[in-house]
Amino acid sequence: MTNLTLSQALEKLKNKEISSLELTKAYLERIKKVDPKINAFITVTENEALEQAKKADILIENGENLPLLGIPIALKDLFITEGIKTTAASKVLENYVPQYDATIVRKLKEAGTVILGKLNSDAWAHGASGENSDFGPTKNPYNIEYVPGGSSSGSAASVASDMCIFSMGTDTGGSIRLPASFCNVVGLKPTYGRVSRNGIIAMASSLDSIGHITKTVEDSAIVLSVTAGQDKYDATTPSVPVKDYAENLTKGVKGLKIGVPKEYYSEGLDSRVKDLIQKALKSLEKRGAKLIETSLPHTKYANPVYYIVQPAEVSSNLARYDGIRYGGERSIFGDEAKRRIMLGTYVLSSGYYDAYYKKAMQVRTLLKKDFDKAFERVDVMIAPVSPTPPFKLGEKSKDPLSMYMQDIFTVTASLTGNPALSVPIGFIDDLPNGMQIIGPHFSEDLLFRVGQTYEQQNQFYLEKPNL
Amino acid sequence: MKIDVKHIAKLANLPLKDEEIKKLESQLGETLDYIEQLNEVDTKNIEPTSQVTGLENITREDEASESLSQDEAVSNTTEKHNGLFKVKAILSND
Repeated sequence: MTNLTLSQALEKLKNKEISSLELTKAYLERIKKVDPKINAFITVTENEALEQAKKADILIENGENLPLLGIPIALKDLFITEGIKTTAASKVLENYVPQYDATIVRKLKEAGTVILGKLNSDAWAHGASGENSDFGPTKNPYNIEYVPGGSSSGSAASVASDMCIFSMGTDTGGSIRLPASFCNVVGLKPTYGRVSRNGIIAMASSLDSIGHITKTVEDSAIVLSVTAGQDKYDATTPSVPVKDYAENLTKGVKGLKIGVPKEYYSEGLDSRVKDLIQKALKSLEKRGAKLIETSLPHTKYANPVYYIVQPAEVSSNLARYDGIRYGGERSIFGDEAKRRIMLGTYVLSSGYYDAYYKKAMQVRTLLKKDFDKAFERVDVMIAPVSPTPPFKLGEKSKDPLSMYMQDIFTVTASLTGNPALSVPIGFIDDLPNGMQIIGPHFSEDLLFRVGQTYEQQNQFYLEKPNL
Repeated sequence: MKIDVKHIAKLANLPLKDEEIKKLESQLGETLDYIEQLNEVDTKNIEPTSQVTGLENITREDEASESLSQDEAVSNTTEKHNGLFKVKAILSND
């Protein structure tokens, strides 16, 4: 029963075909069996999960109609959980026990979920492979010699290997979309500000986007309807109304204009990945979508902008870890964290601020203008997520710059705040790949519509890893 | 591109060992070389973007509401005294 999707599980729980306790026990068993190979979990909260499941069953019995009642999930270990150790996958916080829940954790609990545990990631969300975790790297369930992608490595690997029904993650420069694409699952980076960041350990405050990883597009829409919304504890959440994201899911793509930004399909992109995306575009065209070549002229400058803005904000956000109120001392930070703190401090320092940080902020304006202009002519854009198929553990970990190059296609939507949905497009050498559907701000319903149409023709989610 | 790693480490309050300083010099240098290409972009008269929501001055009433108890607030450190965080001295007795 651990291979159920969210919508299937909700149906079966409602019809009393299964109980939340049975489902939760099945997932806890699955974690015990499979996670030693995958290392997706840092903390498994077995007792708490069983208690929550029992409570959920009582509510189901009483006819309560909460949107995620009885559903076992897991959270990236950046989400603070009251009374449950939260580490950010770093030894600096290995003993930190939060005194309150993040807003999203509270919302998910109120929606009736059962929390199975906290998921592994690159420490502080710094990374594209999961190899920067202080608790060992997570493995790709489709081939454990390969990376699952990062930084939400555990979030993607756990869903792909049926160790939870869906997981929560964060995407600052691609950290949900990349691992989702490497693990054959669906990853959503919502519009910046759509989902509250309160209580989620901050990486880069103008970029952090709180999203989730699911088995299918429909599941993703269901989750967003719960997590989206203004929060008084996060001043960057606008009062834009929350749509019923599952409502127009099956409306199809007839007449929809899909932009194909030419700068994303150039020499930087592996030709095999390009072929898979071209196939996907053709299949959407067959369903009535119109493909329109677009241009985002400043694309190649997005990654350099990102590697100024993000480390600058990281250096500020990590200043609080001084060992006084929580956590260990700053010498315990891992290599990647130290690199980013140093880079960020440098580009913000006196004498260099204008040349680097101010310049980056100006180019950010140009990137945003590119996107706004493109969306005057098209409804959504489709682009690659990763320039390459999944790579082996150890392949890029010795060269920080080569790891940063994994981000070239994902940082653009992060800098402009646009929402993007990563969906599976098929396998290369038995390893998963994905593409991203990018839309205007607050157009997640459109992304789901396109994703659903494409997904139902291929159903890659039925191809489970061999564990 | 060469950074004064020791100076930056001091600004960042980051204690570094000698081997780390050497390694960082080269790795950060490489990253900065990569970033240099931004100089190609004409940004004359372009306003900087620091955040993309367009929101400004989100405030609330200055009213106290529920918060952590003192015990909860200091619960994650062993260096405490009388419900307060204990820190290193910043003033001397001279």
